[in-house]
Amino acid sequence: MNFVEINNISKSYGTHKALHETSFSVKKGELFGVIGPDGAGKTTLFRILTTLLLADSGSAKIAGLDILKDYKKIRQIVGYMPGKFSLYQDLTIEENLAFFATIFGTTIKENYELIKDIYIQIEPFKDRQAGKLSGGMKQKLALSCALIHKPEILILDEPTTGVDAVSRTEFWDLLRRFKDMGITIIVSTPYMDEASLCDRVALMQEGKIMQIDTPANIIKNYKPELLAIHSNNMHDLLVKLRNYNINSQVYLFGQTVHFSSNERINQSDLKNYLQNNGHPNTEINTCSPTIEDCFLWLMKQHN
Amino acid sequence: MEKEKAITVKNLVKKFGSFVANDNLTFDVYKGEIFGFLGANGAGKTTALKILCGLSSPTSGEINVAGFDVYTETNKIKNNIGYMSQKFSLYEDLTVYENIRFYGGIYGLKLKDIRKRADELIQKLGLTNVRNELLSSIPLGWKQKLAFSVAIFHHPKIVFLDEPTGGVDPVTRREFWDMIYEAAGEGITIMVTTHYMDEAEYCNRVCIMVDGRIEAIGTPSELIKNQNAENMNDVFIQLARKVKQK
Repeated sequence: MNFVEINNISKSYGTHKALHETSFSVKKGELFGVIGPDGAGKTTLFRILTTLLLADSGSAKIAGLDILKDYKKIRQIVGYMPGKFSLYQDLTIEENLAFFATIFGTTIKENYELIKDIYIQIEPFKDRQAGKLSGGMKQKLALSCALIHKPEILILDEPTTGVDAVSRTEFWDLLRRFKDMGITIIVSTPYMDEASLCDRVALMQEGKIMQIDTPANIIKNYKPELLAIHSNNMHDLLVKLRNYNINSQVYLFGQTVHFSSNERINQSDLKNYLQNNGHPNTEINTCSPTIEDCFLWLMKQHN
Repeated sequence: MEKEKAITVKNLVKKFGSFVANDNLTFDVYKGEIFGFLGANGAGKTTALKILCGLSSPTSGEINVAGFDVYTETNKIKNNIGYMSQKFSLYEDLTVYENIRFYGGIYGLKLKDIRKRADELIQKLGLTNVRNELLSSIPLGWKQKLAFSVAIFHHPKIVFLDEPTGGVDPVTRREFWDMIYEAAGEGITIMVTTHYMDEAEYCNRVCIMVDGRIEAIGTPSELIKNQNAENMNDVFIQLARKVKQK
């Protein structure tokens, strides 16, 4: 059953097209990722879905409710965490949470079970003003406030941007737990490695969806040949590979350079070429693509 | 032969009241090195960076940046470093050219030189068509490349980059690292913080801070080997978690 249905939504700001005929659906209980850099249209899409912004054209439904006609009902069932910290800086942790509970006609006590795991970590500081919290604590408070009315769906706009690798892992563990409770989740992120933690993802770039699928299928659909190459001087290796006589994409990937091409790559020819150009000891291995490889490849197809 | 040092830090301590933000840090950064400064949120990176930039004074310790003392020569330090952060770098309501001219002026370059170098820079970055556009109208990736170029416009000895690549697409992120390598090749020392662990692998050496202390320092491959890990992401998570469990 589709819990969220988005049909041909477009939105422009002046002459700038922020969203271009975007369509997709999200199933009940699904953890759906919208993956893309700044300017992809993620925030615009989320603000339209949460009834905070009007689309120029197109329609969308959440739980069978129309985002235009039924906006008041939608607001009751959606928990939204904006990308920019939007709680009251001069209220304390506890006051913010109580405020959000009250406007949704509930109490902290009534839904404490739901937020317990997160709230317990910031509860020792409940009398501290929200403006004086660290980034990680603000994030936990914002998520608690988005959950306090027991929403059917969580819409989280870049909850892990600027967050360190350990806290990011913990945050995704939490999302898994909410999913297991039956809450549908739509989450956006610029971190490509987080795509693999979603049931399905939409890869977005400049207002357009390039691909929607499970992370495994996106990787399966990657067509080019892909090599991971290591040498002692990685920056020079990049330069030399870019000059190699075949139509390719060359990008740094951690400890290796990923070298990909739609043409067949002859590995021994390549090794010889590198040897003759100052890289006597290269390691060349075929490797399986990551979501980031797929994203880079799709970007090239779309440009 | 001993490598030339751009930054030396000996027993740096910074306290805010009873809270110890930097707990006895000791490390050196060599000339032309790309030095990654990693740590969880709240580990004390920003505190240390501010001290190295001459914006905050340490509680104790001996710290020398670009040949100058952080207690007595902060103005000289500021003349010899560049700084770029994700949050603040350029003025949105100035044009591309005006931003360059403004920063060139701040660093005391002559208008004639600024004009010449600004033209070269604008051409190199491919910004000729948006030269006179307000900064607010150009894409984030272009802004970040411009911000980096402006941070090294006065040929500083050291440039500090605080999460410079947040939010940009994977192609732009890598183009940005090309620029970092190029600057390092010209002898500029780079100190960079990031939450992208693949970027940690692009540094010559990295230092990982946890709870105000240096938990590990070395080349990425040394750290990966020492921790028996697959990559820097594993190293980071292992080190940060280990301390958490203490």
